[in-house]
Amino acid sequence: MSVSNKGYSAADEVGRVFTRRTRMQRIWIDLKKAPPTAIFGMLVIFTYLFVAVFAPLIAPYGEAEIFPQPYAPWGGEHLLGTDQIGRDVLSRLIYGARNTIGIALATTFLSFLIGGGLGLIAAINRSWLDQLLSRAVDVLMAIPSLIFALMLLSVFGSSIGSLILIIAVLDSTRVFRLTRSVAVSVVVMDFVEAARLRGEGLGWIMRREILPNIMPPLVAEFGLRFSFVFLIIASLSFLGVGIQPPTADWGSMVRESASLIQFAQYDLKAGLTPLLPAGAIALITVAVNYVVDWFLHKTSGLKDEH
Amino acid sequence: MGFMTLFFVSLIIFSSIQMLPGDFTQAVLGQAATEETVEAFRKELGLDRPAYLRYLDWVGAVSTGDFGTSFSGRAASGVDRSRAVVDLIAPRLSNTLFLAGMTALIAVPLALFLGITAALWRNSIYDRLVNAMTLTTISFPEFFVAYILILLLGTLWPVFPSLADVTADMPLGERIYKSALPSLTLTLVIVAHMMRMTRAAIINLLASPYIEMARLKGQSGARVILRHALPNAWAPIATVIAFNLAYLVVGVVVIEVVFVYPGVGQLMVDAVSSRDIPVVQASALIFAATYILLNLIADIIGIVTNPRLLHPK
Repeated sequence: MSVSNKGYSAADEVGRVFTRRTRMQRIWIDLKKAPPTAIFGMLVIFTYLFVAVFAPLIAPYGEAEIFPQPYAPWGGEHLLGTDQIGRDVLSRLIYGARNTIGIALATTFLSFLIGGGLGLIAAINRSWLDQLLSRAVDVLMAIPSLIFALMLLSVFGSSIGSLILIIAVLDSTRVFRLTRSVAVSVVVMDFVEAARLRGEGLGWIMRREILPNIMPPLVAEFGLRFSFVFLIIASLSFLGVGIQPPTADWGSMVRESASLIQFAQYDLKAGLTPLLPAGAIALITVAVNYVVDWFLHKTSGLKDEH
Repeated sequence: MGFMTLFFVSLIIFSSIQMLPGDFTQAVLGQAATEETVEAFRKELGLDRPAYLRYLDWVGAVSTGDFGTSFSGRAASGVDRSRAVVDLIAPRLSNTLFLAGMTALIAVPLALFLGITAALWRNSIYDRLVNAMTLTTISFPEFFVAYILILLLGTLWPVFPSLADVTADMPLGERIYKSALPSLTLTLVIVAHMMRMTRAAIINLLASPYIEMARLKGQSGARVILRHALPNAWAPIATVIAFNLAYLVVGVVVIEVVFVYPGVGQLMVDAVSSRDIPVVQASALIFAATYILLNLIADIIGIVTNPRLLHPK
C-alpha cells in the first residue's frame, strides 16, 4: 500500500513500540507481577506435585514397608520416626501426597465433567430440563455434604472408587450452579444464535462457542473446589471411612498417630508427628486459596479494595 | 419451600436403604444365618412390601419419634439384642446440642463484634491482623486446629482435658470445663467464617448512598451506625449467623471424633464404619433437618426485617 508512507498512522505508531511476544513470554511477565502470597502458593503447589509424581524415587522406604520397631523416635534411620506398626512416617507422608492429591484431582475433574456438562446443557436448553436439573440440585444442596457423603459411604461401602464417585456427584451440584449462571448470559448472545442457525450441534455450541467465554470463573472455581474436595476427603479419611489402609493418606495418618500427642511433654517431636500430615493438608489448601485469589483479581480486573 | 425440601430429603435418606446390595442381610446377621432368620429379618424391615408403603410407614414412625432398631447386636442365631435407635440417639443428641449451644453462645457475639469493628476501622492494622488470622483458620481442616489446641492446651500446658467424656449426671461446671477444648476449636473455625461475612455485609452497607447522606447531614458516627446502618444490617447478619450455625452442624462431626465427645456425630461415624443403616439414616435426618431449618429461619428473618421482600416485583 502506498498510503502507509505518507502522514500519520496509528498502526505504525503502535507498531514501533509493540513487540510480539509468545504465550510463554506473556505468562512469564504476569508471573513476575504476582504478589508474594501467590508466588508462595505456586511454589508450594509445584513442590507438592513434584513430590507426588516422583514419590517412589524420593521416599526412603516403601509405602507399606514394615520395620521391627513401632513408634521409633525422630532421627537416625527413620527421619520422622515410624508409626504404630513400624512404617516409616516420612515415606508415608511422601506417598500420601501422591494418593491424596491424585484422588482429590480425579474427584474434582469428574465433578467438573458432570456439573459443568449438565450446567452447560441446562443453560442452552432453558426449559423443562433446566427446571428439573436445577430443582434436583436445590434438594441435593439442602443436605450438608459431609453428612450426605457419610450416609452414601455407609450404603456403598468405603472403596476409593465409590469415594471418588460420591464426592464428585455431591460436589458437582455447586459446579452446576456456577456454570449455569455464567453460561446463561453467554447463551443469549448473537454468535451463539449464529452458530445455532448455522446448524451446529449441541456439542459444538458447548465446546467452541460457550466454554471459551466462561473459562476464567471456571478455572478459579476449579481451585476452590479442589481445596474443598481435598478437605472433605481428608476429613472422611480422618473419620476412618475414606481411603482405607494400607494406602498411605494424610487424613488417616493423622488419625493413626493421634495418640502420640499425649507424649508431647516428654518428647516434643513425638507430639508433633500427628501434626505433620495435618499441616501438609492445611498448607496445600492455603496455597491453592492464595493462587486462586490472585487469579480472580487478575481475570476479573477488580481493583484491590481491601 | 422448606417443607418441600425436607420431604425430598427424607425421600433420599429413605431410599438409601433401597440401594443396599442384596446380600446385606447376611452381612448383618453373619455368614451362619439360616434361611428362616434371614427371611424374618427381611420381613421385619418390610422388604417384602412395595417401597411407597414402606416410605409412608417410615415417615409415620419417624414423626412419632420411632426410628426403628439398630442393626448392631443381631446374631445369626436369631437372638436379637439390638437396641432402638431412639435410645441410642436421644442422650447423645442432648450432648451435641449442649456443645453446639455453648459454641454458639461464645462464637456469635465474638464474631459480630470482630466483624463490625473490623468493618468500621477498615484498612487499619487491627483490620488486617484479624483478616489474616481468619483467612488462615478458614483454610485449615478442623482436626488440624483441634490437634494444635490439644498439643498446646492439653499436653504442653495442661489447662483443659483433651478428652471430653461428659456424662449426663455431671454438674454443669464440670461439663463446661470438660467440653472447653471442643467448643474452643469449633469457635475458632466458625468465628473466622462469620466474622468475614459480617465484615463484608457491613462494608457493603456503609458504601450505600443513604449512609453517606446521613454522614453529610452531620450526624454522629454512633447514630449513623445505630439508626441508619444497623436496621438494614439485621437481615444479612441473621443470614450469616444461621448459615454458620448450619456449618456448625457439620463441623461438630469431626470435632466430636477428635475429642471422643459422646455426641450424635460420633455415633454416626461409628454407624457408618459398621454400616448400621438405621442409625445412619436417623442421624443424617437429624443433621439435615437442623441444617434446613436453620436456613429457613435465616430466610424468614431476612423477610421479616426487610418488608420490601414481601412484595416481589
